[in-house]
Amino acid sequence: MEKSLVINPDNCTGCLQCEMACSYENEGVFNPSKSRIKVFTFHQEGRFVPYTCTQCADAWCQQACPVDAISLNLVTGAKEVNESSCVGCKVCTISCPFGTINYNQSSGKVIKCDLCGGDPKCASACPTQAISYVDADQTGLDKMRKWATETDHASTNTPANA
Amino acid sequence: MSWTGKLLRINLTSGEITTEALNDQWKKDYLGSRGLATKYLSEEIDPACDPLSIENKMIMATGPLTGTMAATGGRYVVVTKGPLTNCIACSNSGGFIGAEMKSAGWDMIIFEGKSPEPVYLYIENDKVELLPADEIWGTSVWNTDEWLHNKHQDPLLRIAAVGRPAENGCLYAGIVNDLHRAAGRSGVGTVMASKNLKAVAIRGTLGVGNLTDPEAFMKAVNEGKAVLADNPVTGQGLPAYGTQVLMNVINEIGALPTNNMKDVQFDGAHAISGEAMSEPRKSDGRPNLTTNAACFGCTIACGRISTIDQGHFSVKNKAKYWGNSGGLEYEAAWALGADNGVDDLDALTYVNFICNEDGFDPITFGATVAAAMEMFEAGDLTLEQTGGIEFKFGSAEALTQSVELVALGEGFGQDLALGSKRLCEKYGRPELSMTVKGQEFPAYDPRGIQGIGLNYATSNRGACHVRGYTVASEVLGIPEKTDPLTADGKPGLVKAFQDITASVDSSGLCLFTTFAWSLENIAPQLQGACGNEWTVDYLLEVGERIWNMEREFNLKAGITSADDTLPPRLREEAAKTGPAKGMVSQVEAMMPEYYQLRGWSEDGKPTDATLIRLGLKG
Amino acid sequence: MQYIIVGAGPSGVIACETIRKLNQSAQITLITGQSEPPYSRMAIPYFLEEKITESGTHLRHNSEHFSSLGIIVINEKVNAIETSKNFVRLADGTELGYEKLLLATGAQAVSPPIDGIHLDNVHNCWTLEDARNIASKAVAGSSVVLMGAGFIGCIILESLLKRGVNLTIVEMGDRMVPRMMDDTAGGLLKSWCESKGVRILTSEQVTSINDADSSDQKPLKVNLKNSPALPADLVICATGVKSNIDFLKGSDIAFDQGIIVNEFLQTNIDNVYASGDVAQGLDFSDQSWHVQAIQPTAVEHGRIAAINMVQNNSCKHHGSINMNILDTMGLISTSFGQWMGIEGGQESILLDKKNFRYLNLQFKEDCLVGISSLGHTQNIGVVRGLIRGKVKLGAWKERLMKDPSRLMEAYLASL
Repeated sequence: MEKSLVINPDNCTGCLQCEMACSYENEGVFNPSKSRIKVFTFHQEGRFVPYTCTQCADAWCQQACPVDAISLNLVTGAKEVNESSCVGCKVCTISCPFGTINYNQSSGKVIKCDLCGGDPKCASACPTQAISYVDADQTGLDKMRKWATETDHASTNTPANA
Repeated sequence: MSWTGKLLRINLTSGEITTEALNDQWKKDYLGSRGLATKYLSEEIDPACDPLSIENKMIMATGPLTGTMAATGGRYVVVTKGPLTNCIACSNSGGFIGAEMKSAGWDMIIFEGKSPEPVYLYIENDKVELLPADEIWGTSVWNTDEWLHNKHQDPLLRIAAVGRPAENGCLYAGIVNDLHRAAGRSGVGTVMASKNLKAVAIRGTLGVGNLTDPEAFMKAVNEGKAVLADNPVTGQGLPAYGTQVLMNVINEIGALPTNNMKDVQFDGAHAISGEAMSEPRKSDGRPNLTTNAACFGCTIACGRISTIDQGHFSVKNKAKYWGNSGGLEYEAAWALGADNGVDDLDALTYVNFICNEDGFDPITFGATVAAAMEMFEAGDLTLEQTGGIEFKFGSAEALTQSVELVALGEGFGQDLALGSKRLCEKYGRPELSMTVKGQEFPAYDPRGIQGIGLNYATSNRGACHVRGYTVASEVLGIPEKTDPLTADGKPGLVKAFQDITASVDSSGLCLFTTFAWSLENIAPQLQGACGNEWTVDYLLEVGERIWNMEREFNLKAGITSADDTLPPRLREEAAKTGPAKGMVSQVEAMMPEYYQLRGWSEDGKPTDATLIRLGLKG
Repeated sequence: MQYIIVGAGPSGVIACETIRKLNQSAQITLITGQSEPPYSRMAIPYFLEEKITESGTHLRHNSEHFSSLGIIVINEKVNAIETSKNFVRLADGTELGYEKLLLATGAQAVSPPIDGIHLDNVHNCWTLEDARNIASKAVAGSSVVLMGAGFIGCIILESLLKRGVNLTIVEMGDRMVPRMMDDTAGGLLKSWCESKGVRILTSEQVTSINDADSSDQKPLKVNLKNSPALPADLVICATGVKSNIDFLKGSDIAFDQGIIVNEFLQTNIDNVYASGDVAQGLDFSDQSWHVQAIQPTAVEHGRIAAINMVQNNSCKHHGSINMNILDTMGLISTSFGQWMGIEGGQESILLDKKNFRYLNLQFKEDCLVGISSLGHTQNIGVVRGLIRGKVKLGAWKERLMKDPSRLMEAYLASL
């Protein structure tokens, strides 16, 4: 069974342990600004929302990449950036309607969540189970995925985001 | 080694910005944050200087664990000479700006001189600029925060700022970061504003790394996180109720100072407790508490995010205060509530919002209002003098009017901005100021908790609970239970707590971890980050060194052993109710033993032998 | 089923792959006029910068990619389409029959009709062959005149400077990238470039180019309308592109600026589709039909056309959002949708000239319809999501009017 990251913002306290775990795993330093998962704070509402790539099925970033630098990991289902192929043209960053693939100015490449090869560090670092890694059919990410698909295919339905 | 090894020196007079390597020997001797910044300050200013003069300096400093994944590793301190106390001031804050500063590549920022015009400091990694602040001078912290985010088009910019009271010379103005976290005590914000520095805005994208032994560090971090999660205080009590978990507990043991410390128990304690914050309000059915919130890297998340009932008198027609913001913590709830006899949770939350919005210490503010109430009731303060406000214990209206006046620097607010010591002196009742070295007590009565009284009396920054939180042992049984009503053994307990705290504060961690952690949990994290020399024993030595360095600063500033005491009320007027009924603080009886354990002379001065042992004298 | 795809740019390649995904047994033939493996124009600046080699520009890195998918690749130009007989005729005379045909022949650079534009050291910057020529001539110390400060001109600036050339840009418009940025942003971009040592002449025109008068001068003399002539070793012409439709002359496939298509990317001939830079497709924002000539649109077209070719017009194209992201020597700019605003719309703008930061949001009622920005890259894709989803921002509209930089929060709040 393929697993997915499940995010439950109600549990999030905004501690950024996930951002540190992510950047440490991927960049070797604790650096939230380079994290592939970001926690957004809604101060007025008293809410914290962790947010990252949902690994949508027909990934826009992958489609848009002009040099084939984003590929599917068949084991995890993650769309992974191949650093050696990425030229840093950033087309994927404007193509992804979720904004979850970002340009990293210091490396000149783009970065996105790759599920840490199947052991996502954000999930294991989260102290409140706001982020967990579970079987894909439990994820409740259907709404976002549906939107992804519809935006993607420009199908006859209206995008679901009401 | 997880220091960046670099500091910024900002000469506000000339506008010159320079960088320096961190002093290698000092970081080995003083670790970071509180210890290291105090060392720099001690070397660079005359402790006898006027704290609001150009001679004083202000240092913002992080510790080696700030910005790392160590749980709670987001702390920074502001160290300066405090205008409220004329002592060393060291105010510790969480939020996010400390980690941001570290991630921008700086362990420390030293501010010196005074800018000719209002400015703010903008840091984006190596890009450091002083920029004009005329448009935000004279406005609140919240307005400044909004303006800076807007100007720099960056929602992730981390901001620390002072509000209007700091500009107006309120002696207990703090520095508020991330909207509702504060380096709150002793008037560090007043010093900042006296330098015409309105705000520090930081964006750091370099990250924190350079660990000595990354594998060992991550192992220690994960073990530490597990200990915090499994501990009932850090894993359950604090996340659920915040520090407000203490309100009912402290009231029950008869150590909740009430009505300017006339009483030790408050009838309205439950109404302003952490439990009450979680209960649905009668008026709108929503609880005061929306959620708990964490500072950077904190897996405890004791922070309160609250709302005020939109129909409450304090916020009627003030939509600005209808959203969520930083809610009450125990010390604020006590100072604003019990100490004034006010049991209106929404009113206290409103006052707390204003303290955050305009950057002043709710403990000193609340206790100052309490002193005003006692003087008013005694007839020492007249309606004319208060501008028509009836300062009666229990009056939420007097409290909310006061907070607005202090925020704006208007009317009687100018007197309240002096703090209780100067206020009570001004109106002829100095004995009614519940302070040590000019700073107001926090929320634990020294008659019902004997050890904390000794800690207040000897705390280097004036009365303070987070310099040696013996409440942990005397009330909560951490690390082991001692009897709060006895003075026996307390000097040793106080010294141990004070030294450990100095060490923890200097690491970049939050003191609240020590509800669950001992140095045995902290040392491995520091060792992974900074090297094997940071053993438990060495940390104790560093803590003691820091404490004595601070004491030396204060002695040079003019403090004497006569200042190591409590107000007469606590030594002479017995507790009227509760388990401590009939007791007074035995602070004077404990002092000789404390001095002796410290290796100080009878008049409270570290002996040469002590200074030499600690490397404070060659 | 026999599918022929003409053109091996991103649109054609995605189309082939999509068809294969949908139909395992289809016969798919990809015809390209280029003699080399399919490559990406987006990668050319990085090739010029020597950040990658030629193979790094390839659309697909595995040389067996197409054969492993059972896609036949033919490297030959198409000369004509015979729609009544359902075959294409190649330059070598071969005729290939199809049941469904996709025209994804892309665009080509256009040069202004001035004297000297065909001289040896005057090159476009569009194909890999152009890039090779530029790479060999833009050597350290040489003087280069770049005609056109549009998207392509800007995106190769950094590579030219890194090659150590002395660079002058001549732009007809009154600012940089006039077609993706307003006065403010274009002006900021200009001062950014000037601060990096590039000379920029806006509202200026090259009138002609001729060989130098004597051998001790730079080989080229670039004559300008309003200023003294510029000596140059190399002239790069990046003044615009047009769809490759010349081969359709004489066929009964209808075209205007590009091939006319309907909402299924279908041409006036039922079994012929068109996609990418050659198709005059639907613009999402104003529902007009025109050639966008951008990579994301090419990909979107290729995909949707392929679905419709296999599944009988089951996938309607609601239009593509015009969008660009441009890295001009480290200053990143973007524009999306109706960045220039609409009549009766509202805008929210932040400008920090000193730090080259700019954010301009355009609204129609409480929906975002366009943005332009300088110095903003984080989560920028959500702009597409917000515009494409016609997301009603509600209370967040007012918050964005106050502070447009809170875009990501507004997006998340609307999810």
